[in-house]
Amino acid sequence: MIAGGRGLAGRTLRLYLPLAFFLVAMLFPFYWMAITSIKPNRELYSQRVMPLIVHQPTLKHYIDLFDQTNFLTWTYNTLLVAVVTTVVSLVLGVMIAYPLARMNFPGAAVVAIGVAATYLVPQPLLFIPMADIINRLGLGNTLSAVMLTYPTLLIPFCAWLLMGYFKSVPRELEEAARIDGASRFQAMLRVVLPLCTPGLLSAGIFAFTLAQNEFLYALIFLTKSEVRTVPVGAITELIRGDVFYWGQLMAAALLGSVPVAIIYSFFVDYYVAGLTAGSVKN
Amino acid sequence: MAVGPASVARPARGAGRATSRRRLLERESVFSWVMLAPGVLFLLAFVAYPFFYGIFLSLQDRRVASAGTFVGLANFAAQAHDAVFWQVTRNTFVYTIAATLLKMVGGLVMALVINQQFRGRNLARAFLLLPFIVPTVLSTVAWMWILDPTFSVINWTLLHSGIVTQNFSWLGNATLAMVAIIMVNTWRGLPFYGITLLAGLQTISPDLYEAAAIDGASLTQRFWYITLPVLKPVLIIVTMFSVIFTFSDFQLPYILTHGGPANATHLFATYAFDIGMSAGVLGMGAAVALAMLPALAVLIVGLTLYLRRE
Repeated sequence: MIAGGRGLAGRTLRLYLPLAFFLVAMLFPFYWMAITSIKPNRELYSQRVMPLIVHQPTLKHYIDLFDQTNFLTWTYNTLLVAVVTTVVSLVLGVMIAYPLARMNFPGAAVVAIGVAATYLVPQPLLFIPMADIINRLGLGNTLSAVMLTYPTLLIPFCAWLLMGYFKSVPRELEEAARIDGASRFQAMLRVVLPLCTPGLLSAGIFAFTLAQNEFLYALIFLTKSEVRTVPVGAITELIRGDVFYWGQLMAAALLGSVPVAIIYSFFVDYYVAGLTAGSVKN
Repeated sequence: MAVGPASVARPARGAGRATSRRRLLERESVFSWVMLAPGVLFLLAFVAYPFFYGIFLSLQDRRVASAGTFVGLANFAAQAHDAVFWQVTRNTFVYTIAATLLKMVGGLVMALVINQQFRGRNLARAFLLLPFIVPTVLSTVAWMWILDPTFSVINWTLLHSGIVTQNFSWLGNATLAMVAIIMVNTWRGLPFYGITLLAGLQTISPDLYEAAAIDGASLTQRFWYITLPVLKPVLIIVTMFSVIFTFSDFQLPYILTHGGPANATHLFATYAFDIGMSAGVLGMGAAVALAMLPALAVLIVGLTLYLRRE
């Protein structure tokens, strides 16, 4: 940018101040989560103590979280469900996106519109009939219930994101492979898919994040502590009636965010690429 | 039948040994449908079927663990005569419009700020996107504590800096509770706008700005006549996405306010949940959820067509 306020003063006004504002506003809740989780209760529940810093840090809330709740089981459930649904959705997403992006066949337009529409149909429109269906299948309180329903959110998203990547691979490459004797399936597996690794990574990371973020189906289908995921477990067992176990809640929130944050930190660029390519569910 | 150029070259080589099954699979349409079948069948069974089953449920007086009876449009009629339903409708529109405008304007500002050259820009971008990637329920719990009636850190700061003399009851007052859920939704969704719009900004060639500057265009003129027109397609897609999922938001109001106080922050999704799940009146709940459909249908059809045209 040129002109419009010069020197350090201009830069402070146009860059440093607004940037600082955004960083503080966006990150403060995480800071708050972190320091709340290590504050002793006498600091948490006192209006006299200055709350912005920790005076006497303690790990008591973390110890209680592991001792008194099924937090480790919830974490295991969450990760298991996220990994399984991500893999399933990625495979089925590829199988939908590939023909739609690269083949001419009767019915392609209808399927493409159908996939886009299912991507955009929000969960709250479906959860009541879905609850009845899962009940009739006898899947209440099993992880299968969420493993079966999460892909309804993830497959259309993966397919939609991958179509863009598949379209970008030149047809000539695939044709060359087929002249060399590869079948359509082999050409896809050995030629097109490897070239679309960034797309597969983006879709996978996003699917994983969405699966970790899911709450509504988990809340409805998982009512026993042993099968719960972290968000549902925290909400239902660390808030009992009017009693909020704030220290443990914040410890659970922080630890529950860690898997996503780690994956995210390794693949930020793929994440951003996926975000801008797929314009993700909010 | 469409035949790719490659298959023209095939017969010479594989005519003898290729089985008929394999040759069938090489046909574009057969291959396509074999690939599509599992995913499409799954989506038909677990998206299309529940959707139509939901319509069927909404026409029934159906409670959990009992058979339903067909009642026609009685559920919809009952809602239309219920003041709470209209309050929920109004809440949903207020929430969607206010949060969308805030996210759009805030996101645009964020994008313009990060689009400048400075050290640590990628790191800043990574940090700013955090609210969007952390599971909503978990970050909303942190907001619940930030807005706690007694120990709110916002209240503490306002009190101790002498700006106010009394604690705000953020989640206990009808207006403030609506402000609170809009604020948290904005916090979570703003980086989504910011980062996608930033990607849009980065497609603008600096030459354009220079040329405009030479022609004497002011900063504001450059924004209106160069930046905004280039951003328009991204802005439209991002906004429509965001509107669809803000309009049907469940997690955030459910955690933060449970629709309270006195239904002041109930949205369609949380209200449908209360009726269909908590009270177990499936038919009526399905009807409330379907009340979202007209507005959503317009958005979904519009966005689907727009995406296909792109």
